[in-house]
Amino acid sequence: MATVLRPRDAEELRRTVEWALNDGVPLAIEGRGSKRNYGPPSRSDHVVSLAAIEGVVEYQPEELVIAVKAGTPLREIEALLAQRRQMLAFEPPDLGAILGGAKGEGSLAGALMCNLAGPRRIAAGAARDHFLGFQGVNGRAERFKAGGRMVKNVTGYDLSKLMAGSLGTLAALDEVTVKIVPAPERVHTLLLVGLDDEAAIAALCAAMGSPHEVSGAAHLPATLAGRSGIDLVAQQGGAVTAIRVEGVAPSVEARLKALRAQFAPTAPAMEELHTMRSRQFWEEVRDATLVGDPASLLWRISCPPTEGPAVVAAIRQRRLDTEVQYDWSGGLIWLSLAPGDPATDDAAHVAVRGALMECGGHATLVRAPEAVRARVPVFQPRPPALAALSRRVKESFDPKGIFGTR
Amino acid sequence: MHMPPLDPGILARRAEIVSALRAIVPGEGVIADDVGMKPYECDALSAYRQMPLVVVLPETVEQVSRILRYCQDHGVKVVPRGAGTSLSGGSMPVGDAILLGMSKFNRILEIDLPNRCARVQPGVTNLGISAAVEDDGFYYAPDPSSQIACSIGGNVAENSGGVHCLKYGLTTNNLLGIEMVLMNGEVVRLGGKHLDSEGYDLMGVMTGSEGLLGVVTEVTVRLLRKPATARAVLLGFPTEAGAADCVASVIAAGIIPGGMEMMDRDAVQCAEAYVGAGYPLDAEALLIVELDGPPVEVDHLIERVVAIARDKGASTVRVSTSEQERLLFWAGRKAAFPAVGQISPDYMCLDGSVPRRRLTEVLARMRELSRQHRLRVVNVFHAGDGNLHPLILFDANDADELRRAEEFGADILRLCVEVGGVLTGEHGVGIEKRDLMGVQFTQIDLDQQMRLKCAFDPDHLLNPGKVFPQLRRCAELGRLVVHHGKVPFPDIPRF
Ligand SMILES: Cc1cc2nc3c(=O)[nH]c(=O)nc-3n(C[C@H](O)[C@H](O)[C@H](O)COP(=O)(O)OP(=O)(O)OC[C@H]3O[C@@H](n4cnc5c(N)ncnc54)[C@H](O)[C@@H]3O)c2cc1C
Repeated sequence: MATVLRPRDAEELRRTVEWALNDGVPLAIEGRGSKRNYGPPSRSDHVVSLAAIEGVVEYQPEELVIAVKAGTPLREIEALLAQRRQMLAFEPPDLGAILGGAKGEGSLAGALMCNLAGPRRIAAGAARDHFLGFQGVNGRAERFKAGGRMVKNVTGYDLSKLMAGSLGTLAALDEVTVKIVPAPERVHTLLLVGLDDEAAIAALCAAMGSPHEVSGAAHLPATLAGRSGIDLVAQQGGAVTAIRVEGVAPSVEARLKALRAQFAPTAPAMEELHTMRSRQFWEEVRDATLVGDPASLLWRISCPPTEGPAVVAAIRQRRLDTEVQYDWSGGLIWLSLAPGDPATDDAAHVAVRGALMECGGHATLVRAPEAVRARVPVFQPRPPALAALSRRVKESFDPKGIFGTR
Repeated sequence: MHMPPLDPGILARRAEIVSALRAIVPGEGVIADDVGMKPYECDALSAYRQMPLVVVLPETVEQVSRILRYCQDHGVKVVPRGAGTSLSGGSMPVGDAILLGMSKFNRILEIDLPNRCARVQPGVTNLGISAAVEDDGFYYAPDPSSQIACSIGGNVAENSGGVHCLKYGLTTNNLLGIEMVLMNGEVVRLGGKHLDSEGYDLMGVMTGSEGLLGVVTEVTVRLLRKPATARAVLLGFPTEAGAADCVASVIAAGIIPGGMEMMDRDAVQCAEAYVGAGYPLDAEALLIVELDGPPVEVDHLIERVVAIARDKGASTVRVSTSEQERLLFWAGRKAAFPAVGQISPDYMCLDGSVPRRRLTEVLARMRELSRQHRLRVVNVFHAGDGNLHPLILFDANDADELRRAEEFGADILRLCVEVGGVLTGEHGVGIEKRDLMGVQFTQIDLDQQMRLKCAFDPDHLLNPGKVFPQLRRCAELGRLVVHHGKVPFPDIPRF
């Protein structure tokens, strides 16, 4: 078992890194540990948990920004924002359930460092788009900052973008500032029932191209829809294609009506989810809890939206034991595969990544037994020039590699 | 403005460098005579001018790659340039550097409406992208006021914003992919038609890197469907505080307008005299609030904005009732810079950002500074996101006025940082704010940024003299002294 170090403030964090640097001890940085099973298994004997560096530093609702210590639980921040009718626009997924842990355990910094975003990604951007600034410790044990507390800021390189998705391999952050947005008054969802994958993605792309400001566009094939906790979805007995509109009441009603009219000729049947059930439905989509059983391998694939069904079809030519959920208008595929022997698991990564060769995109093996994650490249391999550049970027923050690689 | 000393060795080898470039880019693509190079001697920060070593205008990615490779091998500096509209000196030439103009990369390569994106070359103008998809009801959202002229490659390098970025984001939030050439000639593609990056978000760090990390040779932008409708409200206030309060209250009410602009009394007077937009001349501050989206939503929100404005003491409230009237409201705002140009021989446009709640205080202190430096200042700004554009009026032919204008500008930017804001919201650091970087960042912060530059450009050949007050050598920056075993295991809670 790795030793977990839990510094209580920025200076303790800096001293921890200094010790590791001097003694040549590799560290694995984590927020609150909710995604410890995300990515390849860590080879480090020392974990630095940021859980004790927590608390809100500054929250001014009318400035639309919040600054918090890195380990602050996401759940607490979301509750605080909700009190002022605000939210994080990128809808950070809670992978607790699918990674075999509890729900609601993550930190904000952890969500940022994985750059994960939920269904609203297509309308409002990813975690990286809302990450305005930070303070942290680099691999030279120096505390530094970048960005700021302003939404508009181009002073110096945008290192927040680089931190988002870096999985703690460049620096250990102790404070982060993110942009927030007003929460919508109403959240309604139009359900198109009974479309096959291709028709569904075509409908979603048409909805995204409409002037109706759609903020969620997902497709659940029949098996997944049947597992939904929302009766109206589960009882349709067929595939469900969902289109979300949010905003002030009169606008939401008008846009929903227009979308209904747009799809009346093609959809076999239509239903609506209103605010409460709508929120619950998009949480299911966001956290990918309906895809596959807990023992299955789970891939998360990003591709051009219109290519979604073709990517899935290409994978199915090699593997039939798959279940899929489409989000982001077809551009985000959650795909499960039944676990097999090592040879089958290795072949799966070739099948999944091979399907992206032509259209472009990337695939992450989100859930798999540790042994599989140790063997199969969990993250998309990069072409040589890009890999070399990434290595140099890593070294510019962490010359001795104490924060590990992913 | 102090620039690094010219390298006599490079100047002496000019003829050789020119002929090497001619071997890569044939014909008129290499410009080496003074008359031909003259149009490139400055960008839109025109108080500073400098002739480049030579101008080269490549047409293919392969040529860009060979040029950079040659420059890397021979230690020649390179200044990338788009349309030359930078307001911070970002594309101002350097005397011992070649100027790499991207104007011939002017083709739209692909428009893919089902995937809502367009793949374009970096020399295409910002407005050119929107124009190409307009008939299909789409547009590219970031809209710098220079959009007729500025290039998308320049927008990426500066992470440009515009009036509508409060709701739709800056360049960085509207990109899907780029192709770029590194100083060693390697071509790297980042992103594509899919969302988010695999590995480090290098596209994110390239955006706003001011031409210091690589040369962008292709851009994939996100397209949006045009909003069904847009309407604007013109609001006059008897005090600046009232206007600033109105801005904060609109946002606190959960409304994010498409644009929310503020002009101070002097800006209103100038603009009105220049275009006659019907602005209230008795107002101390003017707000233009634009709502866009479905018609019912726009009508609903306009009512709410008007109610807030009245509550905050607005003395003028006018809602546009036609597209013509909406454009008229904007005409004064859009012409504010040239209007100011009518009343002063020169003006310097600044670009700090401040927290919205400090707006009134910042404006008052700016007036105080104006008295101290004996120069007038006029304020036009993106109030919604606290991005100020103070215009300092001066006469560049008067050396003392130029010096005072520079000092006044620096004081305003220091003030922005002091109240929790930043040196630049959208125009970039360039040479203009270079020497103020230390006001916002510590040496450790700056060293980390320079180390990142080393990962892309180890010899500091790309756009030298910009952004960093003092570029330290990569070998020196990379040095690390490790005290093996000297620091005891820290007293940190363990589990
Ligand atoms: C009247 C006026 C109004 C303006 N309004 C706004 C505004 O509202 N919002 C705003 O944000 N800005 C505004 N600007 C500033 C300016 O237009 C933007 O910064 C614009 O993005 C610059 O684009 P450009 O093509 O002219 O770039 P240039 O001026 O040619 O270059 C700018 C920087 O980009 C680099 N660069 C250019 N092309 C490339 C490339 N292909 N690869 C790598 N680096 C490159 C250059 O080295 C330089 O550092 C305004 C300017 C003017 C003159």
